[in-house]
Amino acid sequence: MRLFDPHIHMTSRTTDDYQAMRAAGIRALVEPSFWLGQPRTSPASFLDYFDSLLGWEPFRAAQHGIAHHCTLALNPKEANDPRCAAVLDELPRYLVKDQVVAVGEIGYDSMTPAEDKALAAQLQLATDHGLPALVHTPHRDKLAGLRRTLDAVRESALPMDRVLVDHLNETTVEEAKDSGCWLGFSVYPDTKMDERRMVEILRAYGPEKVLVNSAADWGRSDPLKTRAVADLMLAEGFTEDDVDRVLWRNPVAFYGLSGRLDLDVAPPDATHEGNSLARGGE
Amino acid sequence: MTHSTDAAAPSLDALRDHLDAHPDPAAREWCRQALAEAADHPGGHGPITAWELRLAEAGRRCGSRHADAARVLILHAAHAGTAALTRVYRQGTAAERRAVLLALPHLVSGPDALPLVEDALRTNDTRLIAAAVGPYAARHLDAHSWRHAVLKCLFTGVPVDAVAGLAQRAHADAELARMLTDFAAERTAADRPVPSGLYRVLALAGPETRKES
Ligand SMILES: [Zn+2]
Repeated sequence: MRLFDPHIHMTSRTTDDYQAMRAAGIRALVEPSFWLGQPRTSPASFLDYFDSLLGWEPFRAAQHGIAHHCTLALNPKEANDPRCAAVLDELPRYLVKDQVVAVGEIGYDSMTPAEDKALAAQLQLATDHGLPALVHTPHRDKLAGLRRTLDAVRESALPMDRVLVDHLNETTVEEAKDSGCWLGFSVYPDTKMDERRMVEILRAYGPEKVLVNSAADWGRSDPLKTRAVADLMLAEGFTEDDVDRVLWRNPVAFYGLSGRLDLDVAPPDATHEGNSLARGGE
Repeated sequence: MTHSTDAAAPSLDALRDHLDAHPDPAAREWCRQALAEAADHPGGHGPITAWELRLAEAGRRCGSRHADAARVLILHAAHAGTAALTRVYRQGTAAERRAVLLALPHLVSGPDALPLVEDALRTNDTRLIAAAVGPYAARHLDAHSWRHAVLKCLFTGVPVDAVAGLAQRAHADAELARMLTDFAAERTAADRPVPSGLYRVLALAGPETRKES
Protein backbone atom coordinates (compact mmCIF):
# COMPACT_ATOMS: atom_id res chain seq x y z
CA MET A 1 0.00 0.00 0.00
CA ARG A 2 1.40 3.40 -1.01
CA LEU A 3 0.07 6.43 0.82
CA PHE A 4 0.39 10.19 0.31
CA ASP A 5 -0.44 12.57 3.17
CA PRO A 6 -1.38 15.77 1.33
CA HIS A 7 -1.47 17.98 4.46
CA ILE A 8 0.81 17.43 7.45
CA HIS A 9 3.04 19.77 9.46
CA MET A 10 6.20 17.71 9.92
CA THR A 11 8.12 20.62 11.46
CA SER A 12 6.05 19.90 14.57
CA ARG A 13 6.64 16.14 14.50
CA THR A 14 9.42 13.87 15.70
CA THR A 15 11.72 11.42 13.94
CA ASP A 16 9.66 8.60 15.47
CA ASP A 17 6.70 9.89 13.47
CA TYR A 18 8.70 9.78 10.24
CA GLN A 19 9.70 6.22 11.01
CA ALA A 20 6.15 5.13 11.84
CA MET A 21 4.79 6.88 8.74
CA ARG A 22 7.26 5.12 6.47
CA ALA A 23 6.43 1.78 8.10
CA ALA A 24 2.70 2.49 7.57
CA GLY A 25 3.24 2.98 3.83
CA ILE A 26 3.49 6.77 3.57
CA ARG A 27 5.86 7.55 0.69
CA ALA A 28 5.06 11.20 0.04
CA LEU A 29 3.67 14.20 1.88
CA VAL A 30 2.95 17.87 1.45
CA GLU A 31 3.70 20.26 4.30
CA PRO A 32 1.68 23.49 4.09
CA SER A 33 3.11 26.54 5.84
CA PHE A 34 0.90 27.55 8.75
CA TRP A 35 0.64 29.22 12.13
CA LEU A 36 3.20 27.92 14.62
CA GLY A 37 1.04 28.29 17.73
CA GLN A 38 3.25 31.13 18.94
CA PRO A 39 2.48 34.23 16.86
CA ARG A 40 5.30 35.53 14.66
CA THR A 41 6.24 39.17 14.94
CA SER A 42 8.09 39.86 11.69
CA PRO A 43 8.43 38.70 8.07
CA ALA A 44 11.96 37.44 8.84
CA SER A 45 10.47 34.75 11.03
CA PHE A 46 8.41 33.54 8.04
CA LEU A 47 11.46 33.49 5.79
CA ASP A 48 13.44 31.23 8.12
CA TYR A 49 10.40 28.96 8.27
CA PHE A 50 10.03 28.87 4.48
CA ASP A 51 13.77 28.13 4.18
CA SER A 52 13.35 25.24 6.56
CA LEU A 53 10.44 23.84 4.47
CA LEU A 54 12.78 23.99 1.44
CA GLY A 55 15.90 22.76 3.21
CA TRP A 56 16.07 20.90 6.47
CA GLU A 57 12.59 19.32 6.49
CA PRO A 58 12.90 17.65 3.03
CA PHE A 59 16.30 16.37 4.15
CA ARG A 60 14.74 14.84 7.25
CA ALA A 61 11.94 13.28 5.20
CA ALA A 62 14.35 11.88 2.59
CA GLN A 63 16.24 10.05 5.32
CA HIS A 64 13.08 8.04 5.88
CA GLY A 65 12.41 7.50 2.19
CA ILE A 66 9.54 10.02 2.10
CA ALA A 67 9.22 12.63 -0.66
CA HIS A 68 8.61 16.07 0.87
CA HIS A 69 6.99 19.01 -0.90
CA CYS A 70 5.50 22.16 0.57
CA THR A 71 2.94 24.87 0.01
CA LEU A 72 3.89 28.42 1.01
CA ALA A 73 1.71 31.37 2.02
CA LEU A 74 0.86 33.93 4.63
CA ASN A 75 -1.67 32.05 6.77
CA PRO A 76 -5.07 33.66 7.44
CA LYS A 77 -4.58 34.11 11.17
CA GLU A 78 -1.35 36.09 10.80
CA ALA A 79 -2.69 38.00 7.80
CA ASN A 80 -4.44 40.05 10.49
CA ASP A 81 -1.17 41.21 12.05
CA PRO A 82 0.21 44.24 10.19
CA ARG A 83 3.72 43.33 11.37
CA CYS A 84 3.56 40.13 9.27
CA ALA A 85 1.68 41.25 6.17
CA ALA A 86 4.92 42.35 4.42
CA VAL A 87 5.76 38.69 3.86
CA LEU A 88 3.38 38.87 0.88
CA ASP A 89 6.07 40.90 -0.93
CA GLU A 90 8.64 38.13 -0.33
CA LEU A 91 6.43 35.28 -1.50
CA PRO A 92 7.04 35.64 -5.26
CA ARG A 93 10.72 34.74 -4.98
CA TYR A 94 9.77 31.64 -2.97
CA LEU A 95 6.95 30.49 -5.23
CA VAL A 96 9.40 29.76 -8.07
CA LYS A 97 11.21 27.06 -6.06
CA ASP A 98 11.16 23.44 -7.20
CA GLN A 99 9.52 21.84 -4.17
CA VAL A 100 6.67 24.36 -3.89
CA VAL A 101 3.59 22.60 -5.26
CA ALA A 102 0.84 25.06 -4.26
CA VAL A 103 0.09 28.36 -2.56
CA GLY A 104 -1.29 27.58 0.90
CA GLU A 105 -2.69 27.30 3.42
CA ILE A 106 -4.71 30.35 2.62
CA GLY A 107 -8.37 31.04 3.42
CA TYR A 108 -10.32 32.50 6.29
CA ASP A 109 -9.88 32.40 10.03
CA SER A 110 -12.14 35.14 11.42
CA MET A 111 -13.32 36.48 8.03
CA THR A 112 -11.85 39.97 8.39
CA PRO A 113 -11.10 42.54 5.65
CA ALA A 114 -7.37 41.83 6.12
CA GLU A 115 -8.05 38.15 5.41
CA ASP A 116 -10.09 39.08 2.31
CA LYS A 117 -7.13 41.04 1.04
CA ALA A 118 -4.50 38.37 1.74
CA LEU A 119 -6.68 35.64 0.21
CA ALA A 120 -7.32 37.58 -3.00
CA ALA A 121 -3.65 38.56 -3.32
CA GLN A 122 -2.48 34.98 -2.84
CA LEU A 123 -5.02 33.47 -5.26
CA GLN A 124 -3.54 35.89 -7.79
CA LEU A 125 0.00 34.80 -6.87
CA ALA A 126 -1.01 31.19 -7.47
CA THR A 127 -2.34 32.13 -10.91
CA ASP A 128 0.83 34.08 -11.74
CA HIS A 129 3.11 31.18 -10.77
CA GLY A 130 1.16 28.36 -12.41
CA LEU A 131 0.41 26.87 -9.00
CA PRO A 132 -2.78 25.41 -7.55
CA ALA A 133 -3.99 26.64 -4.15
CA LEU A 134 -4.66 24.90 -0.86
CA VAL A 135 -7.49 26.79 0.81
CA HIS A 136 -8.61 25.79 4.25
CA THR A 137 -12.06 26.40 5.63
CA PRO A 138 -12.40 28.09 9.02
CA HIS A 139 -12.92 26.07 12.18
CA ARG A 140 -15.66 28.40 13.41
CA ASP A 141 -18.75 29.34 11.36
CA LYS A 142 -17.75 26.72 8.80
CA LEU A 143 -20.59 26.79 6.25
CA ALA A 144 -20.63 30.59 6.01
CA GLY A 145 -16.84 30.40 5.78
CA LEU A 146 -17.01 27.89 2.94
CA ARG A 147 -19.43 30.05 0.96
CA ARG A 148 -17.28 33.13 1.37
CA THR A 149 -14.20 31.07 0.42
CA LEU A 150 -15.81 29.77 -2.78
CA ASP A 151 -16.95 33.30 -3.65
CA ALA A 152 -13.38 34.55 -3.26
CA VAL A 153 -12.13 31.83 -5.60
CA ARG A 154 -14.84 32.61 -8.17
CA GLU A 155 -13.84 36.28 -8.08
CA SER A 156 -10.19 35.33 -8.65
CA ALA A 157 -8.38 34.36 -11.84
CA LEU A 158 -7.67 30.87 -10.50
CA PRO A 159 -9.99 28.21 -11.94
CA MET A 160 -11.95 26.26 -9.32
CA ASP A 161 -10.43 22.97 -10.50
CA ARG A 162 -7.02 24.20 -9.36
CA VAL A 163 -8.22 24.71 -5.78
CA LEU A 164 -8.22 22.20 -2.94
CA VAL A 165 -10.69 23.19 -0.23
CA ASP A 166 -9.65 21.54 3.01
CA HIS A 167 -11.06 20.58 6.43
CA LEU A 168 -14.46 19.74 4.89
CA ASN A 169 -17.11 17.75 6.74
CA GLU A 170 -20.72 16.54 6.36
CA THR A 171 -22.07 20.08 6.51
CA THR A 172 -19.83 21.49 3.79
CA VAL A 173 -19.03 18.62 1.42
CA GLU A 174 -22.06 18.99 -0.84
CA GLU A 175 -21.64 22.67 -1.65
CA ALA A 176 -17.90 22.22 -2.07
CA LYS A 177 -18.41 19.29 -4.46
CA ASP A 178 -20.95 21.25 -6.51
CA SER A 179 -18.43 24.04 -6.99
CA GLY A 180 -15.98 21.77 -8.84
CA CYS A 181 -13.05 22.20 -6.44
CA TRP A 182 -10.93 19.38 -5.02
CA LEU A 183 -12.20 18.10 -1.68
CA GLY A 184 -9.89 17.80 1.33
CA PHE A 185 -10.75 16.05 4.60
CA SER A 186 -8.62 16.22 7.73
CA VAL A 187 -8.99 13.16 9.93
CA TYR A 188 -8.27 13.94 13.57
CA PRO A 189 -8.37 11.88 16.77
CA ASP A 190 -11.33 13.78 18.22
CA THR A 191 -12.34 16.89 16.32
CA LYS A 192 -12.90 17.51 12.59
CA MET A 193 -13.44 14.10 10.91
CA ASP A 194 -12.81 10.60 12.18
CA GLU A 195 -12.16 7.64 9.89
CA ARG A 196 -15.65 6.19 10.25
CA ARG A 197 -17.31 9.45 9.15
CA MET A 198 -14.73 9.71 6.38
CA VAL A 199 -15.67 6.33 4.99
CA GLU A 200 -19.37 7.27 5.12
CA ILE A 201 -18.64 10.42 3.12
CA LEU A 202 -16.70 8.39 0.55
CA ARG A 203 -19.66 6.03 0.27
CA ALA A 204 -22.11 8.90 -0.18
CA TYR A 205 -20.10 11.16 -2.49
CA GLY A 206 -17.61 8.82 -4.17
CA PRO A 207 -13.82 9.08 -4.41
CA GLU A 208 -13.62 11.60 -7.24
CA LYS A 209 -11.34 14.56 -6.35
CA VAL A 210 -11.32 13.50 -2.69
CA LEU A 211 -8.09 13.87 -0.69
CA VAL A 212 -7.68 12.64 2.89
CA ASN A 213 -5.02 14.02 5.23
CA SER A 214 -3.99 13.85 8.87
CA ALA A 215 -3.28 17.61 9.19
CA ALA A 216 -1.05 16.46 12.04
CA ASP A 217 0.69 19.35 13.79
CA TRP A 218 1.56 20.44 17.33
CA GLY A 219 -2.01 19.80 18.52
CA ARG A 220 -3.65 16.51 19.38
CA SER A 221 -3.36 14.75 16.06
CA ASP A 222 -2.13 11.51 14.53
CA PRO A 223 0.27 11.28 11.55
CA LEU A 224 -0.98 7.75 10.76
CA LYS A 225 -4.61 8.76 10.10
CA THR A 226 -4.19 8.30 6.35
CA ARG A 227 -3.36 4.66 6.99
CA ALA A 228 -6.28 4.32 9.42
CA VAL A 229 -8.67 5.54 6.71
CA ALA A 230 -7.14 3.16 4.16
CA ASP A 231 -7.57 0.22 6.53
CA LEU A 232 -11.17 1.09 7.31
CA MET A 233 -11.98 1.59 3.62
CA LEU A 234 -10.77 -1.94 2.90
CA ALA A 235 -12.63 -3.36 5.90
CA GLU A 236 -15.81 -1.65 4.71
CA GLY A 237 -15.67 -3.12 1.23
CA PHE A 238 -13.79 -0.52 -0.80
CA THR A 239 -11.27 -1.99 -3.24
CA GLU A 240 -7.48 -1.63 -3.21
CA ASP A 241 -7.93 0.54 -6.28
CA ASP A 242 -10.32 2.88 -4.43
CA VAL A 243 -7.76 3.22 -1.63
CA ASP A 244 -4.95 3.91 -4.10
CA ARG A 245 -7.08 6.49 -5.84
CA VAL A 246 -8.00 8.47 -2.72
CA LEU A 247 -4.71 8.12 -0.87
CA TRP A 248 -2.22 8.26 -3.74
CA ARG A 249 -3.50 9.11 -7.22
CA ASN A 250 -5.76 12.01 -6.18
CA PRO A 251 -3.06 13.91 -4.26
CA VAL A 252 -0.58 13.17 -7.06
CA ALA A 253 -3.07 14.55 -9.59
CA PHE A 254 -3.86 17.67 -7.58
CA TYR A 255 -0.32 18.69 -6.60
CA GLY A 256 0.87 17.46 -10.00
CA LEU A 257 -1.00 20.47 -11.44
CA SER A 258 2.09 22.44 -10.37
CA GLY A 259 4.32 20.44 -12.73
CA ARG A 260 6.78 20.21 -9.83
CA LEU A 261 5.96 16.98 -8.04
CA ASP A 262 9.06 14.75 -7.88
CA LEU A 263 8.26 11.46 -6.18
CA ASP A 264 11.62 9.88 -6.93
CA VAL A 265 13.14 10.23 -3.49
CA ALA A 266 16.73 9.12 -3.04
CA PRO A 267 17.89 9.17 0.55
CA PRO A 268 21.06 11.28 0.91
CA ASP A 269 24.18 9.16 0.38
CA ALA A 270 25.21 9.61 3.95
CA THR A 271 22.40 7.43 5.22
CA HIS A 272 24.02 4.44 3.57
CA GLU A 273 26.96 4.93 5.90
CA GLY A 274 24.90 5.12 9.05
CA ASN A 275 22.07 7.28 10.24
CA SER A 276 23.56 10.72 10.24
CA LEU A 277 20.44 12.41 11.51
CA ALA A 278 20.52 10.58 14.78
CA ARG A 279 24.18 11.43 15.24
CA GLY A 280 24.57 14.78 13.56
CA GLY A 281 23.32 16.87 16.44
CA GLU A 282 25.15 15.11 19.23
CA MET B 1 42.15 21.92 -9.95
CA THR B 2 39.39 22.87 -12.37
CA HIS B 3 40.03 19.83 -14.53
CA SER B 4 40.56 17.45 -11.68
CA THR B 5 38.85 14.09 -12.04
CA ASP B 6 38.58 13.93 -8.27
CA ALA B 7 35.15 12.62 -7.21
CA ALA B 8 35.00 15.61 -4.87
CA ALA B 9 35.26 18.07 -7.75
CA PRO B 10 33.86 17.20 -11.17
CA SER B 11 35.27 19.45 -13.90
CA LEU B 12 33.00 21.75 -15.89
CA ASP B 13 33.58 19.52 -18.91
CA ALA B 14 32.43 16.49 -16.95
CA LEU B 15 29.28 18.40 -15.95
CA ARG B 16 28.64 19.38 -19.59
CA ASP B 17 29.04 15.76 -20.68
CA HIS B 18 26.62 14.69 -17.96
CA LEU B 19 24.01 17.20 -19.17
CA ASP B 20 24.56 16.33 -22.84
CA ALA B 21 23.80 12.72 -21.96
CA HIS B 22 20.37 13.64 -20.56
CA PRO B 23 17.91 11.14 -22.06
CA ASP B 24 15.13 13.73 -22.51
CA PRO B 25 15.58 16.05 -25.53
CA ALA B 26 13.29 18.69 -23.97
CA ALA B 27 15.49 18.82 -20.86
CA ARG B 28 18.64 19.08 -23.01
CA GLU B 29 17.09 21.93 -24.96
CA TRP B 30 16.02 23.69 -21.76
CA CYS B 31 19.59 23.47 -20.44
CA ARG B 32 21.02 24.78 -23.70
CA GLN B 33 18.70 27.79 -23.62
CA ALA B 34 19.24 28.44 -19.92
CA LEU B 35 23.02 28.48 -20.36
CA ALA B 36 22.84 30.72 -23.43
CA GLU B 37 20.51 33.11 -21.60
CA ALA B 38 22.79 33.26 -18.55
CA ALA B 39 25.80 33.98 -20.76
CA ASP B 40 23.97 36.69 -22.76
CA HIS B 41 22.25 38.39 -19.83
CA PRO B 42 24.33 37.90 -16.69
CA GLY B 43 22.99 41.12 -15.18
CA GLY B 44 19.33 42.03 -15.10
CA HIS B 45 16.70 44.49 -14.18
CA GLY B 46 13.92 43.93 -11.72
CA PRO B 47 14.12 42.08 -8.44
CA ILE B 48 15.43 38.80 -9.85
CA THR B 49 17.60 38.04 -12.89
CA ALA B 50 16.40 35.57 -15.50
CA TRP B 51 19.21 33.14 -14.76
CA GLU B 52 18.27 33.09 -11.09
CA LEU B 53 14.78 31.95 -12.11
CA ARG B 54 16.34 29.22 -14.28
CA LEU B 55 18.47 28.24 -11.31
CA ALA B 56 15.37 27.89 -9.12
CA GLU B 57 13.49 25.73 -11.63
CA ALA B 58 16.40 23.54 -12.77
CA GLY B 59 15.16 20.58 -10.72
CA ARG B 60 11.74 20.36 -12.36
CA ARG B 61 13.14 21.13 -15.83
CA CYS B 62 15.94 18.58 -15.95
CA GLY B 63 15.25 16.24 -13.05
CA SER B 64 16.99 15.84 -9.71
CA ARG B 65 19.80 13.73 -11.14
CA HIS B 66 20.93 16.47 -13.52
CA ALA B 67 20.03 19.54 -11.48
CA ASP B 68 23.42 19.96 -9.76
CA ALA B 69 25.22 20.00 -13.12
CA ALA B 70 22.71 22.37 -14.71
CA ARG B 71 22.86 24.79 -11.80
CA VAL B 72 26.66 24.88 -11.56
CA LEU B 73 26.90 25.52 -15.31
CA ILE B 74 24.26 28.29 -15.15
CA LEU B 75 26.20 30.00 -12.35
CA HIS B 76 29.36 29.65 -14.40
CA ALA B 77 27.74 30.94 -17.60
CA ALA B 78 26.46 33.98 -15.71
CA HIS B 79 29.95 34.64 -14.27
CA ALA B 80 28.37 34.88 -10.84
CA GLY B 81 30.76 36.60 -8.43
CA THR B 82 30.85 36.48 -4.66
CA ALA B 83 27.98 38.98 -4.27
CA ALA B 84 25.65 37.11 -6.63
CA LEU B 85 26.64 33.73 -5.21
CA THR B 86 25.98 34.99 -1.70
CA ARG B 87 22.54 36.28 -2.69
CA VAL B 88 21.64 33.03 -4.45
CA TYR B 89 22.86 30.98 -1.50
CA ARG B 90 20.95 33.04 1.07
CA GLN B 91 17.74 32.98 -0.97
CA GLY B 92 18.14 29.42 -2.18
CA THR B 93 16.68 26.03 -1.40
CA ALA B 94 19.07 23.37 -0.12
CA ALA B 95 19.56 22.24 -3.75
CA GLU B 96 20.47 25.77 -4.89
CA ARG B 97 22.81 26.24 -1.93
CA ARG B 98 24.50 23.00 -2.81
CA ALA B 99 25.03 24.20 -6.39
CA VAL B 100 26.59 27.45 -5.17
CA LEU B 101 29.04 25.48 -3.01
CA LEU B 102 29.93 23.20 -5.92
CA ALA B 103 30.47 26.22 -8.18
CA LEU B 104 32.82 28.10 -5.81
CA PRO B 105 36.12 26.59 -7.03
CA HIS B 106 35.17 27.50 -10.60
CA LEU B 107 34.10 31.06 -9.87
CA VAL B 108 35.87 32.59 -6.89
CA SER B 109 39.65 32.76 -6.67
CA GLY B 110 40.11 34.43 -3.27
CA PRO B 111 38.78 33.54 0.17
CA ASP B 112 35.89 36.03 0.20
CA ALA B 113 33.17 33.37 -0.29
CA LEU B 114 34.32 31.44 2.78
CA PRO B 115 31.29 32.58 4.86
CA LEU B 116 29.12 30.40 2.59
CA VAL B 117 31.29 27.35 3.23
CA GLU B 118 31.23 28.08 6.95
CA ASP B 119 27.44 28.42 6.88
CA ALA B 120 27.08 25.05 5.16
CA LEU B 121 29.46 23.41 7.62
CA ARG B 122 27.28 24.63 10.51
CA THR B 123 24.28 22.71 9.12
CA ASN B 124 23.60 19.02 9.62
CA ASP B 125 22.43 18.58 6.04
CA THR B 126 24.86 16.05 4.59
CA ARG B 127 24.15 17.22 1.01
CA LEU B 128 25.44 20.66 1.98
CA ILE B 129 28.35 19.42 4.07
CA ALA B 130 29.56 17.17 1.23
CA ALA B 131 29.44 20.08 -1.22
CA ALA B 132 31.17 22.43 1.23
CA VAL B 133 34.35 20.35 1.57
CA GLY B 134 35.32 20.60 -2.10
CA PRO B 135 38.43 22.22 -3.63
CA TYR B 136 37.41 25.72 -2.51
CA ALA B 137 37.50 24.65 1.13
CA ALA B 138 40.75 22.77 0.54
CA ARG B 139 42.29 25.95 -0.80
CA HIS B 140 40.99 28.48 1.71
CA LEU B 141 39.77 27.01 5.01
CA ASP B 142 42.15 27.65 7.89
CA ALA B 143 43.63 24.64 9.67
CA HIS B 144 41.22 24.69 12.61
CA SER B 145 38.07 24.94 10.47
CA TRP B 146 39.35 22.37 7.99
CA ARG B 147 40.02 19.81 10.74
CA HIS B 148 36.55 20.37 12.13
CA ALA B 149 35.09 19.96 8.65
CA VAL B 150 36.78 16.55 8.30
CA LEU B 151 35.56 15.55 11.74
CA LYS B 152 32.03 16.70 10.88
CA CYS B 153 32.07 14.52 7.76
CA LEU B 154 32.99 11.51 9.86
CA PHE B 155 30.40 12.49 12.45
CA THR B 156 27.50 12.90 10.03
CA GLY B 157 28.36 10.02 7.71
CA VAL B 158 29.60 12.04 4.72
CA PRO B 159 32.16 9.79 3.00
CA VAL B 160 35.67 11.24 3.31
CA ASP B 161 36.00 10.83 -0.47
CA ALA B 162 33.98 14.04 -0.61
CA VAL B 163 36.85 15.96 1.02
CA ALA B 164 38.98 17.56 -1.69
CA GLY B 165 42.75 17.66 -1.22
CA LEU B 166 42.47 15.25 1.69
CA ALA B 167 45.91 13.67 1.36
CA GLN B 168 47.75 16.97 0.96
CA ARG B 169 45.97 18.83 3.75
CA ALA B 170 45.92 15.95 6.22
CA HIS B 171 49.57 15.11 5.67
CA ALA B 172 51.50 14.97 8.96
CA ASP B 173 48.80 16.99 10.77
CA ALA B 174 49.41 15.94 14.37
CA GLU B 175 46.44 17.93 15.70
CA LEU B 176 44.08 16.25 13.24
CA ALA B 177 45.54 12.87 14.21
CA ARG B 178 44.87 13.66 17.87
CA MET B 179 41.26 14.68 17.16
CA LEU B 180 40.65 11.51 15.16
CA THR B 181 42.20 9.31 17.82
CA ASP B 182 40.07 10.95 20.52
CA PHE B 183 36.95 10.57 18.40
CA ALA B 184 37.69 6.90 17.79
CA ALA B 185 38.23 6.37 21.53
CA GLU B 186 34.93 8.06 22.32
CA ARG B 187 33.07 5.88 19.83
CA THR B 188 34.76 2.73 21.10
CA ALA B 189 33.93 3.63 24.70
CA ALA B 190 30.29 4.03 23.69
CA ASP B 191 30.31 0.64 21.97
CA ARG B 192 29.60 2.31 18.68
CA PRO B 193 31.35 1.62 15.39
CA VAL B 194 34.18 3.90 14.31
CA PRO B 195 33.40 5.35 10.84
CA SER B 196 35.35 3.43 8.22
CA GLY B 197 36.94 6.56 6.76
CA LEU B 198 38.49 7.56 10.07
CA TYR B 199 41.49 5.22 9.93
CA ARG B 200 42.14 6.23 6.35
CA VAL B 201 42.44 9.89 7.35
CA LEU B 202 44.42 8.94 10.44
CA ALA B 203 46.93 7.08 8.29
CA LEU B 204 47.37 10.25 6.23
CA ALA B 205 47.62 12.55 9.24
CA GLY B 206 49.63 10.52 11.69
CA PRO B 207 53.33 9.75 11.89
CA GLU B 208 54.64 6.54 10.32
CA THR B 209 52.97 4.15 12.77
CA ARG B 210 49.24 3.55 12.27
CA LYS B 211 47.09 3.61 15.34
CA GLU B 212 44.52 0.95 14.71
CA SER B 213 42.98 -0.46 17.82
ZN1 LIG C 1 -2.76 22.72 8.44
